[in-house]
This record gives sequence, C-alpha cells and structure tokens, in this order.
Amino acid sequence: MKACVIQFPGSNRDRDMISALHKIGGEKPDLVWHTDTQLPPTDLVVVPGGFSYGDYLRSGAIAARSPIMNEVCKAAENGVRVMGVCNGFQILTEVGLLPGALMRNAGLRFVCKSVMLKVENADTAFTRLYSAGETIPCPVAHHDGNYFADSETLKQIEDNGQVVFRYAEGTNPNGSINDIAGIVNKQGNVLGMMPHPENLIESDHGGENGRLLFESAMEIAEARAA
Amino acid sequence: MIKARVTVTLKNGVLDPQGKAIEGGLHSLGFEDVASVRQGKVFDMAVDTSDAGQAEKDLAAMCEKLLANTVIENYNVEIIG
Repeated sequence: MKACVIQFPGSNRDRDMISALHKIGGEKPDLVWHTDTQLPPTDLVVVPGGFSYGDYLRSGAIAARSPIMNEVCKAAENGVRVMGVCNGFQILTEVGLLPGALMRNAGLRFVCKSVMLKVENADTAFTRLYSAGETIPCPVAHHDGNYFADSETLKQIEDNGQVVFRYAEGTNPNGSINDIAGIVNKQGNVLGMMPHPENLIESDHGGENGRLLFESAMEIAEARAA
Repeated sequence: MIKARVTVTLKNGVLDPQGKAIEGGLHSLGFEDVASVRQGKVFDMAVDTSDAGQAEKDLAAMCEKLLANTVIENYNVEIIG
C-alpha cells in the first residue's frame, strides 16, 4: 500500500512520520510539497504535525488553503485514506474534512507528555487491529489541542461513532470537549488525532502501541498474506 | 480604495481561556470592576475598489473562507472609508 506525506513550511514531525511509514510499511512514502497541484498515486495521505506557517492566524488555517489541500480533499472524497496528526488534525478541521475546531489548550500551556488513550471505536480502517475500550499510552505535544464542536455536531459525531480516541478519564491534557483526542469523518476514511502514534512504534523508544494504527491503515497483514 | 475593519470574536458559549487569563491579569493590576474579557482579532484591510458594497461582500466572503473559523468565531465587517 502506497503512502505519501504532505510537507508544509513549518512541518516538523514529517520526518518521524516518514520513518514510521517506511519502517512499518516497508516502502518509503512519497513526499509532497504544499504547492504541488497533484498527488502521486497513493492509498494513504498523511498530514504530519508541526507548526505550518508558524500557526499564523489559527493553527492550520493557512496550510488548509494551500494548493495541495484541494487534491487531498478530492482524494478523500474518492475514498482514499487521509490521516492528520497534531497540526495535521488542525489542518483537516480547517479545510473542512473533519468537523469541529482545535482551540488553545484550556491551561494555556504547551503540553508535552505521555497520556493514556482509550480506543473508543475499533471498527475503523485506522483502529481495527486494536480492541474497543483498550487503553494505550501515547505522547502528545501541542498548544492547540482543545477540541470543540457545537452541541449539535458533537451529538452527531458521538452518535455516529466518529469519536475514535478519547483521553482516559482524568488525563485530558487540553480541555477537549468529551475528552476527544481523535475523530474520523462520517465515511470513516479520514482520521484526525492530536497524539503522535508515529512516535510510538519501537520498543526502544517508548513502546510500540502506535504500530497497530499504521498496520491497520496500511493493511500490512493483508499485504503479507497476499 | 476602500478601507475596512474586520473584527473576529469567539462565539458565545465558546470558552476563551486567553480572555480569562487577561481578566485575571487586570484584576491583579487592581481593575477589580472588570467582569469579563473576551479576546478577538482585528484586521485593517484596504481593498482596491471604489464599490463599497462589493468590497463589503468580498470581505464577508474572505471571513467565511479564511479570516474567521465559523465553527468557533463570529465576524463583523465595518467599512470605514
């Protein structure tokens, strides 16, 4: 399964993401620059973390209006899997692929630590190798991770099972409504999450709890069996 | 040239931790009468047209498309000259 990573000026988790996709998928992902107007043939588009455009205006706001994002939206409409982590999640909400918005952390501080994540929905393309209700440790590093959606939208995403990851009770680092850490779109092919699974793929570096997310999304087991 | 001021503010009901922190700072300075602070953004814009009506429409479109995130923010366009 072919993956690509979008790079913006100010992306800084792109290399970690490339490394994770390469190590788990066995193939180096294509790199796509933000001014490109075409995506390479791809099954998984990843929008990595960082501070695209210095977080000017709002986190992810300017990146969401860059030329390549039109193509990412078209690909998403065609069912291609799209995954945004941290700043990538902010960009996907700003561009409208995911509902809601990510605001300044309630504590006003940049939060960099490991949190406990509850897998709320293990029936998505990104989480199917986890068990529903399972709790995994995962690092977060952000200033604007406070997820917000109006009450109607919130009800919809909760009722539709679009909340995929929640901060385990008592560990919400940013004030996110309903402890939301990650969501999918209604169709289930676009995921956004604040925590960094790409930093949790090796036992020598904090653990391997993030691997299953990539193995799910890239259909690693299916590729091995084929 | 049309000059306009666009203000973007958080919607009612959206928590504003930065406004809260500023409020606390003002209280510390002795301005104890401050009941609440909501933080927002101001954009002073110059639009190269003489048609104020068109400029206002365009500025509203700019707010919808970029200047405001209408999930959490309201905007106001004021033509000032």
